[in-house]
Parts: sequence; structure tokens; C-alpha cells
Amino acid sequence: MTLTLLPSALSFASIALVLAMACAAIRLLRGPSAEDRVLALDTLYINSMILVLVLGIRFDSRIYFDIALLIALFGFVGSAAMAKFLLRGEVIEP
Amino acid sequence: MKRLSLLTLFTAMLLALWLLLNDTLEPGHWLLGAALTIAITLGTAAMRPLRARPHHLLVAVRLLGVVLVDITRSNIAVAGVILGPARRRAHSGFMKIPIDLRDPYGLAALACIITATPGTVWAGLSPDGGNLTIHVLDLQDEEAWIRTIKHRYERPLMEIFE
Amino acid sequence: MSGVQFPLWADLLASLLLIVGATLALIGSFGLLRLSGLFARIHAPTLGATLGLGCVLLASILLASVGAHRLVLQEVLITLFMVGTAPVTAMLLMRAGMYRRREDGSRKPSRHQDTARPSTGGASPE
Repeated sequence: MTLTLLPSALSFASIALVLAMACAAIRLLRGPSAEDRVLALDTLYINSMILVLVLGIRFDSRIYFDIALLIALFGFVGSAAMAKFLLRGEVIEP
Repeated sequence: MKRLSLLTLFTAMLLALWLLLNDTLEPGHWLLGAALTIAITLGTAAMRPLRARPHHLLVAVRLLGVVLVDITRSNIAVAGVILGPARRRAHSGFMKIPIDLRDPYGLAALACIITATPGTVWAGLSPDGGNLTIHVLDLQDEEAWIRTIKHRYERPLMEIFE
Repeated sequence: MSGVQFPLWADLLASLLLIVGATLALIGSFGLLRLSGLFARIHAPTLGATLGLGCVLLASILLASVGAHRLVLQEVLITLFMVGTAPVTAMLLMRAGMYRRREDGSRKPSRHQDTARPSTGGASPE
């Protein structure tokens, strides 16, 4: 067993990303405006996607990649719909 | 002939995405992907109101490199603003940029480039299309920002799309 | 960790990319707390969404390719997707923020003052 840096780097990255998600969660709770909350939610999902990718490296599994892709997909749809609603009061306009 | 070449370009890109998604190069996936992408291209042709006419693909590759370098640089700059002293955070504001690019695809690309670069966000285009509003986090030298956007992004985009 | 041993250069490079990417994402999210005003805060998460995500994806590509002894490029899909979508959310939020601040900003001043008010008028929402 040779000395490797990767396990410690993975732990560091996981902790940093959890802290980042905590920052976004605090902003989500504090507001003050609705746009701030949507922005915080957007940040939260990007951070969680990066965290899932880091976990994928840690557990050496390709399934995490698909999860990350799905988080990206649904996160974008959600944030875009909420931002559009704040802009116009409707998500899908006739 | 021109239309045909664009059709093949779009189909080839979709096919590459399909193979990437399945992470394989097997002949079966080539066949299925080709059938799917041709069907999608033909089926959605009516939904694309305008055809993009990109040329000078080499310019596009160079622009991509420029944008990557700028994203890296402004990442460092914005990290400095966030972690730096409070007076560095007091300079954000809106600014206007006169713009000559008119092609909708070019403008869409410009909007993505400006917004994807940390520190600048696209905030709107005047109805006549001549004035672009952006929000800048570190707004100290308006002239420098105008020069950056016009020379580094707008000129290559005009070469590509117009 | 599974028992896979990577060559030293891949190990070091991936570790560096992971540390840089996670740190950038943390700084970006920290900016959400530290910057004042919605318009300044919109800039902060782009750090994590561009270079932060990019570094982690590069590390993932590197380790997967070295581990499988072939080029694994699936992560490029996430990059393409984020390049196409992250700016759209930011632009929509920007427009929503400008629109709503002009509409009710004077009537209902929020507790936290927005330092960056669109005084120049900006682009008019139709």
C-alpha cells in the first residue's frame, strides 16, 4: 500500500461541498426576496451535483454519473420554471 | 447543397451525443443512433424558425479557447472579490454597451458567454438591438469591459455568424 | 475507496483538481452569504457552476479513464448540459429581479437594502 493523496482529497472535497450546501441553505432560509431563494436553490442543486460526482469517484461506480445528470436536468427545469414564474406570473404562456 | 451540409452537421452532433450517452462504439448503437437522429432532425426541422449559418469553424475554436481562458481568469478575480476586503465588493453596477451584432444565434451565443463568465451577467437588450445592458460585479473601468466584450467576443461572433 | 491503485501522476492531478474544484464551489456559495444585494449575489454561484464543476468533471474523467484503460468521456455530457442551461437560469433570475424591483421596490423597501439598484433603467421588460 503506497501513500496516496486521493482519499484525503476526496474527504476534503466532500466536506467543502457540504459546507457550500450549508451556505446555500442559509441563504435559502434567510431570503430576503423570492429571487434570492431561487438563486440559493439553484446553487444548492449544483453543489449537490458536484457532491454526487465526488461520491462517484470515491465509490468507483458509474451509476453516480447518471444520478448527477438527472440532478442537473431536474434542477435546471425547476429553477428555470421558478424564475420564469417570478418574471411573468406564469410558467407556460399561451 | 448548403442545407444538406448543415443537416449532416446537426445529425452528426446528435449522433455523437447518443454514442457518448451510451458510452459505446458498437455497430448496433451506430445504427440505432443514426436512425433516431435522422428522424429527430427531420421531425424538428419545422420547429426551427431560423437556420443558423455558421462559417469559419476555426474562428469558433479559437473563440472557445479565449472563453475558457477568460472563465478561468474571472473565476480567480471573483473569488478575490468575495474573499477580499469590503471596499472591493462595493463596485457592482449596471452598464450599457453599444453592440453591432444582429444575428439571433450570435446574440444567444454572446449572452451565454457573458453570463457563463463569472463577474458579468447579461441583463437585457434594448428593443432596437443596439444597446446591451450587463451587470458587472467589479465595475471600476467601464471602458475596459466594453473593449473586452467587443474585441474578444463580439468580433469573432460576427465573423462566425454574419 | 475500492482497492484500485492509480499511478502517482493521476492520483496527484486528480487530487489537485478535486481540491481546486470543491474550494471554488465553496467560495461561490460563501459569496451568497457575503455579497449584499441580489444583483451582486447572482455572480457568486457561477464560480461553482463553471470552473468548480469543470475541475471535478476533469478529475472524474481522468480517474475513470485510467481505471478502465480507455477514454471515458461521458462527463462531457454534463459539461455540455451545464454550458447550455446555467446561463439561462441566471439570465431569467436577473430579468425577474430587475422587473420586480422596479415594480414594488419603492413601495415596499426590504429590510436588507439592495446596493445595486438598476438606476440606469436597464432594458425594459416588454
